[in-house]
Amino acid sequence: MIRRLMISVSLLVAIAAPAFALQAPAGQGEFVPMNSLPPADQLPAAPLLVAAYAFVWVALAVYLWSIWSRLGRVERDIQALQQQRSRGGPR
Amino acid sequence: MRRLFAPLLILTAAMFAYAPVMIANAAYESTMGLVQKIFYFHVPSWFVMFTAVFICGIESAIFLFRRKPAADRVAFAAAEIAVVFGLLGLVTGPLWGRKAWGVWWQWDARLTMALLVELIFIGYLLVRKYGGPGSEKLAAAMAIFGMANVPFVYVSVNIWRTIHPQTSVVPSLPPGMKGTFWFCVIAFMLLFALLMPLRVRLEHLRAALDEQ
Repeated sequence: MIRRLMISVSLLVAIAAPAFALQAPAGQGEFVPMNSLPPADQLPAAPLLVAAYAFVWVALAVYLWSIWSRLGRVERDIQALQQQRSRGGPR
Repeated sequence: MRRLFAPLLILTAAMFAYAPVMIANAAYESTMGLVQKIFYFHVPSWFVMFTAVFICGIESAIFLFRRKPAADRVAFAAAEIAVVFGLLGLVTGPLWGRKAWGVWWQWDARLTMALLVELIFIGYLLVRKYGGPGSEKLAAAMAIFGMANVPFVYVSVNIWRTIHPQTSVVPSLPPGMKGTFWFCVIAFMLLFALLMPLRVRLEHLRAALDEQ
């Protein structure tokens, strides 16, 4: 008898738990005007958008410049080495 | 490729210059509004990152199993580009999320896995720089495992519950967004097609310098 009762209660909990877990969030209780929100929550989208695009442009420009400058440095090193060799410098 | 470089550079620069006009004229998303327009640079950054990761992983496998040093140089170049574009995605994403979700970051499956892939390739670069002799083989193995993560990052939004938009967003884009999105993707892929040979040339020159 106790075993049956335990199984019934367990089944009830197992069936009811997901139903409770999947409840829709509570509906909005009141409307709050945008200008009465605390300053931290009044987030305009434009600065975030501008920041994102500016970051991408600046990062890509810096990366391109970095490749260019590294290429230039290695080419100069190779040239210097070749000149040193053609002058019969240290081997 | 050298003949193509200048026209490609001009085309890519023109596309990047025109992209803001297209983005400004693209339709506004109904719930997120203006901030959703970060999407047009955010997703193409990940497209390039994943392409670079695949190139790095495949070239690393060729280097490991066929012992081709040229493949290793291509892998190293691709890894650096992957890290740069991954960083673009990881910075633009939170700027979008702050407005759309109310938080800068969420430790959900998509964001965490994307961060892990980025960290794997930062690790790859660190191993290459500070690992000493033989580190290229260890780094190549890291690249293969890093590449194996990419499909999981892609499908993570469909498998696990996450607040990140699902993969169905891109195929179902409405006409007012689709043109702008693919325009930006092409611009980013062209930029990748320009950066990759430049970066590979740098590695070839370094190898030539080391041999001398």
